[in-house]
Amino acid sequence: MEKRTDKNSYTVIFAVGMVLVVGALLAFLASYLKPTITENRRLEKQQNILYVLGVNENDESSAVFVSADKAPEAFSENVKEQLVLTIDSNGKITKTQTRDDYFKETNKEPYLIDVKKEQDKAKNGESRKLPLFVGENKEGKTVYVAPIYGKGLWDAIWGYVAIDEDMIVRGTYFDHKGETAGLGANIKQRYFMDDFYGEHLLTKAGVFKGITVAKGNADPLNKDKTDNEVDAIAGATITGDGVSAMIKKDLRLYKPYFDNLKNN
Amino acid sequence: MGILSKKDAALLKDPFADNNPITIQVLGICSALAITAELEASIVMSISVLFVMGVGNVVISLIRNIIPSKIRIIVQLVVVATLVIIVDQVLKAYAYELSKTLGAFIGLIITNCIIMGRFEAFALGNGPWRSFLDGIGNAVGYAVILIIVGFFRELLGSGTLLGFPVLGDPIAKTGLYAIGYENNGFMLLSPMALIVVGIIIWIQRSRNKALIED
Repeated sequence: MEKRTDKNSYTVIFAVGMVLVVGALLAFLASYLKPTITENRRLEKQQNILYVLGVNENDESSAVFVSADKAPEAFSENVKEQLVLTIDSNGKITKTQTRDDYFKETNKEPYLIDVKKEQDKAKNGESRKLPLFVGENKEGKTVYVAPIYGKGLWDAIWGYVAIDEDMIVRGTYFDHKGETAGLGANIKQRYFMDDFYGEHLLTKAGVFKGITVAKGNADPLNKDKTDNEVDAIAGATITGDGVSAMIKKDLRLYKPYFDNLKNN
Repeated sequence: MGILSKKDAALLKDPFADNNPITIQVLGICSALAITAELEASIVMSISVLFVMGVGNVVISLIRNIIPSKIRIIVQLVVVATLVIIVDQVLKAYAYELSKTLGAFIGLIITNCIIMGRFEAFALGNGPWRSFLDGIGNAVGYAVILIIVGFFRELLGSGTLLGFPVLGDPIAKTGLYAIGYENNGFMLLSPMALIVVGIIIWIQRSRNKALIED
């Protein structure tokens, strides 16, 4: 005799029931947890920005953020201003807003601007927003933090770069969604991120060149800070190229702002 | 193991050595290649799989009599995927830091053939308690190999263990590096995981001839 569970009708009913139960369970869980997850992401952005400003709890070799519960306070204390630049499709800055102006217009915090969405806008020939966070580093120097976003080998990579008015790097934080552990994932290791400190984004002639993650650049200790190169991670060529590309592509957009800053 | 009968204890112990999921059943090779470049990643993956295997086997075992046999693989897939999504979401909400470390592996758990293999081969035909033991046993067997492979790949490839430099500094040339030792970058690439697993299989079979197939 055919078993009850072998019948087609049973199979269909079971499948429908399973989908309903699992779907409902996951939907409930997702909507229940969403506010907490969004909040975690928000605090992480603050932690990232604080990290490149030098507000972190780094020990000798590992990268440690300030704790999430201290982040909002530290953020309002250390980030003096959140600027929003609007640039048109020719790369010209058409508008510079302060945090308060931007908040009045959109009811959003500038540090929550989605860099990926803004990049897509630029691709469609629309104007885009560039957030820039102004703070002070440990030496009391004014530094500007810009978010960058690009792609690595498997998925998205992103980060924050603090630069001073000469476009010299004063802090970096990189992160990734799914780079290979032990290889590409090492872009968020201190030895890689710290290599960028002091590197020049401009050539000696003042032209924007970015920083290339270079293999065999004959400077593994990275003593030469004006060669626009840092040493690559072995076995992570494509992730490294992704880092070079996002630095070049995204930080170039800020060049006009710093030109203005110097001329005034 | 006083509380376990001999048969139950065997469920826990066998996958550890003579019926190891990786070296004998040759399951879960793909994740053994992908994530063993670092010891930490191996350990994290092992714990994640331990959880999903234990719970998944019990769930499948509980519903084994009502699963239609025609779509049982799909049902198993749904159970794994649901468990993995739940773990992922809960971690993201309540242990955000940890979820970032785990991020890449959570997805890999779904594709881990050990899990589907044990659902199909064991949980569908056995009660929840025995299935739980089988799940834990196999996950531990998997973990042992993963950790051995991760240990050697990180040590020989990067000269570190859990990120801690144990052989000295390769750039400043201290420790072992002072006498001309070099990291073997080849160890960081996936094929070397296969070679390490191969060596483990070789050692295991030369010690226990009963494991050698004709």
